[in-house]
Amino acid sequence: MRWRLHTNPVSLVLSLAAVAAVLGMPFLRVAANRLVSGEPVFLGAMLHGPARAWVMVLLALLVLMVLLSLVQPSKPVLWLQTAMALALLGGALVLAGMHASQIAPTLPPFARTSLGGAWWALVALMSLTAQHAVQRLQLAGMARTSLLLALGIAIGGLLLSGGCNDLSIMKELANQSDILWAATARHLLIVWLALMPTLLIGVPLGWWAYRTQAARQAMFAVLNVIQTIPSIALFGLLMAPLALLAAQFPALAQAGMSGVGLLPGVIALTLYALLPVARGALAGLEHVPSAVRYAALGMGMSHAQVFTQVELPLALPVLLTGVRTAAVQAVGLASVTALIGAGGLGAIMFEGLFSGAQDLVLLGVLPILLLAALTDAFFKLLVRLAQPVQP
Amino acid sequence: MIEFINVSKSYDGVNVVDGLNLRIERGEFVVVIGASGSGKSTLLKMINRMEERDAGKILFNNQEIDTFNVHALRLRMGYAIQSVGLFPHWTVQRNIATVPQMLGWDKAKIQQRVIELLTLFQLDSATYLTRLPHQLSGGQQQRVGVARALAGDPDVLLMDEPFGALDPATRAALQQEIKRLHQASGKTIVLVTHDMDEALLLATKIVVLNQGRAVQVGTPLEIVASPVNALVVDFVGRSDTGIKLLSLHTVQHLARAEAAVEGPHVAADASLREAVSLMVMQGIAQINVHDAAGRHCGVLHAADVWGLGGTAGAGTASADETTLR
Repeated sequence: MRWRLHTNPVSLVLSLAAVAAVLGMPFLRVAANRLVSGEPVFLGAMLHGPARAWVMVLLALLVLMVLLSLVQPSKPVLWLQTAMALALLGGALVLAGMHASQIAPTLPPFARTSLGGAWWALVALMSLTAQHAVQRLQLAGMARTSLLLALGIAIGGLLLSGGCNDLSIMKELANQSDILWAATARHLLIVWLALMPTLLIGVPLGWWAYRTQAARQAMFAVLNVIQTIPSIALFGLLMAPLALLAAQFPALAQAGMSGVGLLPGVIALTLYALLPVARGALAGLEHVPSAVRYAALGMGMSHAQVFTQVELPLALPVLLTGVRTAAVQAVGLASVTALIGAGGLGAIMFEGLFSGAQDLVLLGVLPILLLAALTDAFFKLLVRLAQPVQP
Repeated sequence: MIEFINVSKSYDGVNVVDGLNLRIERGEFVVVIGASGSGKSTLLKMINRMEERDAGKILFNNQEIDTFNVHALRLRMGYAIQSVGLFPHWTVQRNIATVPQMLGWDKAKIQQRVIELLTLFQLDSATYLTRLPHQLSGGQQQRVGVARALAGDPDVLLMDEPFGALDPATRAALQQEIKRLHQASGKTIVLVTHDMDEALLLATKIVVLNQGRAVQVGTPLEIVASPVNALVVDFVGRSDTGIKLLSLHTVQHLARAEAAVEGPHVAADASLREAVSLMVMQGIAQINVHDAAGRHCGVLHAADVWGLGGTAGAGTASADETTLR
């Protein structure tokens, strides 16, 4: 009988890539100040540094990860892979923080120790490995959520413990924390202001499209075109008419209308979000069995009663899926509204970009990613709660 | 109670209902029968204005139906359809309570009504009140559908091929239940079907519809015994008209008051069809008849049954009705 190797090709590729990244790219960078790009520090060099024991643990875990990918992926193996991937994730953070703290006294006051390519690659690849293993374990939604929550708490704890305070991104955070909170609140405000009118307009639009074929075609043609307009161009298109209105009617200008700022940003986001919401509403309504609608009317319900008591509850899960798309999209697009002075996390990101401060860019981008992920998770939960019948 | 006066309706220039005149009296069980496209379903939907007629008048309690608010009108008419259309996100209880809630009944009264209806349709209320529609079998769903239609104690119950999608055994059980319900409540029922056996079993009055016109209106006996034309004959079924006729008579009317004979017995309220079937299987020409209490009350002779066929064949409706009484 032929001996067969039961490899797990996905995790093999991921862990080999992680090994290559760790060997080929700098793990950290040390720079004289926050604007210059700095000298690379490889993991190999760190073996001679103060955190050598941790470097060896990390390398050993990586090698074990590669070997584990060659074994048949049974349940215990997958669990072990998940645990090791998560340990590597946390370990990378601990190691970076530790090294930064230990070399800090030897460096001039404005020097920065920032995360290098190998660090980011390792974190990304290990996240994918963990995700892949968890997927193959076919965990229930609850188990997944708690695993994610545990990871979030662990990383949060690491950051709060101060062990990473000498990493440049944390220094940037310490310097900018007031601005960051204000920008996050502003970001959420923009998204909220855009989503409210979207729901108020998009749901009736979806209902109208459901009722009349002609309206459906015209409406989705328009919404699709809007969706293809680049966001910057849409801001530009809105700028002129809004500025004109504000100039014509001083009362509007006093109420805050102008060609730049919050209003055009919110209008643009609303226009983008209309397509997924209207499409979700339409798909949701189409999902309501016609016999149910017919029986409701036949029993004497008014159209309004049919909508609120029958159509809306039955369409809600599909509608919310559309809202979820719209919300996640709005969180991303809201960063671009910073360009026309609407503020938000995008403002931090662009300031970093324009001044060449990479850490500042990260400080803007990471919260946006986090917000998008949280928004997505929140609406996923809502969709699950809105499911009236468990199939 | 409901009257159609010269009612017409057309789709794209084709008359689906064509100058129809029909009276439905209080307490009648009217079955409208016809092939697909005969306009039978449209006829029913015009009563609760799910379809609007093009011409003519429909009276409900002697009032033109257009004078009612359309939703108020529908609340007074129970409506059960073939596809049932239970609200999938509501429990059985909430489904049945739909109309009473819209009518503003108080909670206790609604609860009592729901339980009463579940009991009527032989569904254990402790088990089924909190079930969701997808947890029910097809027959149970249709039972709940009919219970929902009856919940608001409507003046009339409209049923559009309610048993069409059910398997034969479930259909037969539900037919018996609805027949019992009609006999017990005296509710006016209008039912649409294409199944003549169903019509003969349930109806007090049958309306045979063809191309939007009422071809014949009469009691089941009249329809079977004196069909007005070939179309009605076809509907009744040319080859087994005699058997159908037997199913419309009960044993007690033909039984002779004689002493018991050797052999099996049938119930006095069984149909002649059942009795004849038993006699053929047993190879006998006489059979004992027992009343509801199980006492001997006469003997049915095959010769009398064959004689009945003769009168019917020759027959006028009045002669048949005499036999029935």
